Amino acid sequence: MSGPSVIFSVLLLGSGGFLVSCGWARIIEARGTRMHSRSHYYGWWTFLIVVIPSLVFFIFWSICTNLYLENKASSSCHTTAGDMAQSCSVLVKMAHDLAHKLVLDDHFRNSQEDHDAVLQNILGKRKILFSLDNKEHIVSIAIEWAQRIKKFHMIGTIITFVLAILSCFVGIFSVSPERRSRNRVECVTVFWLMLASSIVILITVGIVLSMLFQTISFFQSVSLANFFFGTVWDPRFSAVDSEEVVGQFGLIPLLAGTLYIAFIAMLFAIPVGLFSAIYLAEYTVPWLRGIIKPLLEILAGIPTIVYGFFALAVLGPFLHDLSIFLASGHAFIMAQSALTAGLVMGIMLVPFVSSLSDDIITAVPRSLRDGSFGLGATQSETIWRVILPAAFPGIVASLLLTASRAIGETMIVVLAAGVVARLTINPFEAMTTITVKIVNQLTGDFEFNSPQTLVAFALGMTLLVLTLLMNIVALYVVRKYREQYE
Amino acid sequence: MNPRLKIKMCGSNVKVFYAQKEILHGIHLDIPENRVTALIGPSGCGKSTFLRCLNRMNDTIEGARVTGQILLDEEDIYDPSVDVVELRSRVGMVFQKPNPFPKSIYENVAYGPRIHGLAKSRVDLDEIIEQSLLKAGLFHEVKDRLHDAGTSLSGGQQQRLCIARAIAVRPEVILMDEPCSALDPIATARIEELIDDLRRNYTITIVTHSMQQAARVSQFTAMFHMGNLVEVGTTKTIFTSPGEQRTQDYITGRFG
Ligand SMILES: Nc1ncnc2c1ncn2[C@@H]1O[C@H](COP(=O)(O)OP(=O)(O)O)[C@@H](O)[C@H]1O
Ligand SMILES: [Mg+2]
Repeated sequence: MSGPSVIFSVLLLGSGGFLVSCGWARIIEARGTRMHSRSHYYGWWTFLIVVIPSLVFFIFWSICTNLYLENKASSSCHTTAGDMAQSCSVLVKMAHDLAHKLVLDDHFRNSQEDHDAVLQNILGKRKILFSLDNKEHIVSIAIEWAQRIKKFHMIGTIITFVLAILSCFVGIFSVSPERRSRNRVECVTVFWLMLASSIVILITVGIVLSMLFQTISFFQSVSLANFFFGTVWDPRFSAVDSEEVVGQFGLIPLLAGTLYIAFIAMLFAIPVGLFSAIYLAEYTVPWLRGIIKPLLEILAGIPTIVYGFFALAVLGPFLHDLSIFLASGHAFIMAQSALTAGLVMGIMLVPFVSSLSDDIITAVPRSLRDGSFGLGATQSETIWRVILPAAFPGIVASLLLTASRAIGETMIVVLAAGVVARLTINPFEAMTTITVKIVNQLTGDFEFNSPQTLVAFALGMTLLVLTLLMNIVALYVVRKYREQYE
Repeated sequence: MNPRLKIKMCGSNVKVFYAQKEILHGIHLDIPENRVTALIGPSGCGKSTFLRCLNRMNDTIEGARVTGQILLDEEDIYDPSVDVVELRSRVGMVFQKPNPFPKSIYENVAYGPRIHGLAKSRVDLDEIIEQSLLKAGLFHEVKDRLHDAGTSLSGGQQQRLCIARAIAVRPEVILMDEPCSALDPIATARIEELIDDLRRNYTITIVTHSMQQAARVSQFTAMFHMGNLVEVGTTKTIFTSPGEQRTQDYITGRFG
């Protein structure tokens, strides 16, 4: 029986348990006894205790046996292959592939003897060529492995079914007027909801940890000071001589580029976005608002690469030509510049700022507006002195959210500001950001555990901490003003 | 009505439409100066709507239209030449739910004087704020924490803060729309006392659901029913010998 069909059968059994318990509860009720819960709760309870423990067991069992077998295979490989540990992991991986192919193969399942033919067949299909000694080795490991998989799977399936059937009976026989099935189902529901939310947290922790380990191994070859205070970014140079790693992984130019471009973007996006939000929320007639608001939201959904095109094809050349015109011949704005990237990124962010702020402004209670108008304030006095202060924490939070987007943006920067890491305050020159360099380093043809690649994780970590700090500030601001105002 | 009383505001044939639907069907009502006029009547009969006509708060509602005439000191407030902003500074409003701004107590009261430029200096402003809070009977409770958030006060204090805020603009008329409906009896009693004090300097119109409150604080009472003014007279007459059966029924609690 394959995994999916085991799961399906358990579900089927659970459904059966549901129907029987439900029916039984109805029968008891029909005899005139008052049940604690409505009949379908008894059904659900049986379903849950059939399905959850047995499936959890089955999945857990599959994962554990898999790990166990992997371990076993690699140890037996080590004993035979001796000290060639490096090639051993490759062998184990091949054996793993073969074993799983074997398990799925019908011939292997039906006939116990003809392994070799089956294997030949599989190997032929996959066009895998082995040297002879290698092959024997792998084949024997794979066959053993596949047989073990079959055995463990069988045991697991049997236990799962025994568990499911037992709990099905327990569920059905426990249907009684006193049983508080409704409350129990409620508990299980809460548990699942909790599990769902903790998964998110666990995944986040996992991501951070995995990045942390790579970062640590990066800092084993490059010193902290050289990364955080280095002003030169030139990782490739060291590839020539791996001893001369030091001094080439300077974070400063990238960090400066990131913050600078984000700053230009926010400088454009905040006023434009905020003013359009105020206009939308306070001055438009409903039908116009009904058009503009969805348009803005569509604009927010455009992939950033499209904005990148715009920067590359339109705005960049335009600014370049403009500078030629203004300085009569001397192009002081490069075709790729921080200014272009910042402006285009700002354009990209405007819908975010205005849509978020508009929501926040319209959420300010009407009673505050009334209070202000009732005192003889004009509309703009009301907006500037009452509505915006009331919406301030929300607006700050939304701006910081937007700023995190600006810091994390990659595509626009690649196309509009280039990939050259340069430390300058001249916004008319090319610059680059952390995210661009992360992509650069990970897609470059470096070995995976060379500092040239590992630096991407250190950069990612820096970015993570940066955005985390911003979110903490946002939370702090929101909390501080909420305390004061609510 | 006593002919010696000056009429502060005077509505004649006031009709209000919300999106073509007529809510008030031609109201004639005089509001005498330095007196408290109570508007009573069952829910949804248009009391708030009428009150909001008196300082043109209905202008802020999408699709609302007012016809007829409302005079403030013989001047039509719906005349195109009238500055709504100035009108509202003469006719202040206190709302059903206390709605202090999300600012400090001081700033809440200072809001009106600031936008209307009533204070020449900081000292001036401090004086206005102290006086307004005193008149609203709140000063002694908050004088040590003027810079705390207005929203940190209790419901009754918040409502008195809103009254102080309205007073600080130096209005001539104060409109109150069920100012005590969200408050407990003790806070209500304080506000009622306050209304009685304020009457000497201001003309007050109050919407109320409570018959006792109308009897306690007002000198004149107007009874509304389904968008019509049923009858108006001194509070004493309305409560002891109403001219209309509907008023009698409402006061004795037979409907509403
Ligand atoms: N903004 C509005 N739009 C449409 N109808 C409204 C609006 N405000 C009030 N109304 C209607 O006008 C009538 C009078 O309301 P209101 O003056 O608030 O009554 P109340 O005497 O209880 O204060 C009610 O029937 C109400 O449904
Ligand atoms: Mg009302």
